Amino acid sequence: MHSFLYRANAVLTFSVMVLAAICAMASFSDYLNVPSPTAHLKVVNINWLQKQPNGNDEVSLKLDISADLQSLFTWNAKQVFVFVAAEYATSQNALNQVSLWDGIIPSKEHAKFTIQTNNKYRFIDQGSNLRGKDFNLTLHWHVMPKTGKMFVDKIVITGYRLPETYI
Amino acid sequence: MGSIHLNQVARFCGGAPALITYQPAHAERVLLLPSLQVEKSKSKREKNEQGKRERKMGWIGETMDSIRSLQIRQVLNQAVSLGMIVTSALIIWKGLMCITGSESPVVVVLSGSMEPGFKRGDILFLHMSKDPIRAGEIVVFNVDGREIPIVHRVIKVHERQDTGEVDVLTKGDNNFGDDRLLYAHGQLWLQKHHIMGRAVGFLPYVGWVTIIMTEKPIIKYVLIGALGLLVITSKE
Repeated sequence: MHSFLYRANAVLTFSVMVLAAICAMASFSDYLNVPSPTAHLKVVNINWLQKQPNGNDEVSLKLDISADLQSLFTWNAKQVFVFVAAEYATSQNALNQVSLWDGIIPSKEHAKFTIQTNNKYRFIDQGSNLRGKDFNLTLHWHVMPKTGKMFVDKIVITGYRLPETYI
Repeated sequence: MGSIHLNQVARFCGGAPALITYQPAHAERVLLLPSLQVEKSKSKREKNEQGKRERKMGWIGETMDSIRSLQIRQVLNQAVSLGMIVTSALIIWKGLMCITGSESPVVVVLSGSMEPGFKRGDILFLHMSKDPIRAGEIVVFNVDGREIPIVHRVIKVHERQDTGEVDVLTKGDNNFGDDRLLYAHGQLWLQKHHIMGRAVGFLPYVGWVTIIMTEKPIIKYVLIGALGLLVITSKE
């Protein structure tokens, strides 16, 4: 009854339970944090807007991204994945989300940043609907925890417009 | 009269031997009672001895019987407790499948393509709701012709106006390019049916148990054997 294996099993079970409880508490503590991130997104320049040989429109643009995501970092946050996506609707598609830039913020010290960049991923439409298209720029963040639940949210900034003609 | 007296005395003195000294006149009756008692005790003793003899006679058979019944009981008990362990694990797994709506609610990360977010050996909890898939979500998807599902992030979504079907493009955070090279030959987009679930929770390191056990099956068998022994031996 009180063999070595039996005791080892009991100790192991107990320690696993304690560890699980601590992990759950760490994850729940994230709910106590009410983040207040800010973001400014600006299209500095439309480099070009062209129709690919296969008929899809593609645009290249330069973005100015500045954000303060420091409040997202709790003690349970391992990193914050942040990305900027263009969102627009066409007659064919109810929603198009195209990621333009992303980055990994490893710590709170790097969470306040300003960056000027060309789009990292290609901005291609399914079809040729990009001329004169209104679109939103959305800054998404994905808080990846040390343990537990992942948190996702975004800031939508509306009112961007692509040029009427191919350039 | 005498009997009443005797009773009274007995009550006062509390014992038969005292009666003899205090009330000699009633000796006959007094003696009668002890003799009866003796007779009674004799008969008891005899019975006990008889019983002992009977027991001695069938000692081997009886112990065999008791051992046999005990063993059957024990074996049944162990079978039941083993069954309880197996079924409760099954209940938890199937229950998770029902709650999360994903056919594999817990997955282990095998590659480093999502580092530093997810490392090899981390565990992800999946959820598959009716909600449409959106950019930024980490999804687990199956590609035709690949046995092992992949965990990557959605970077592009195109959702149809009329049918609501989605075209999804994924990329590993740690990979340089998108996943089109990983997809089946000529496949440009993932559809809804490729996606097994989206990651909602994260637990580090726990998946190493699974990885070690699948890569070194001997450890698995040793562990299962040890656990089985533990269940069998820990009867009380």
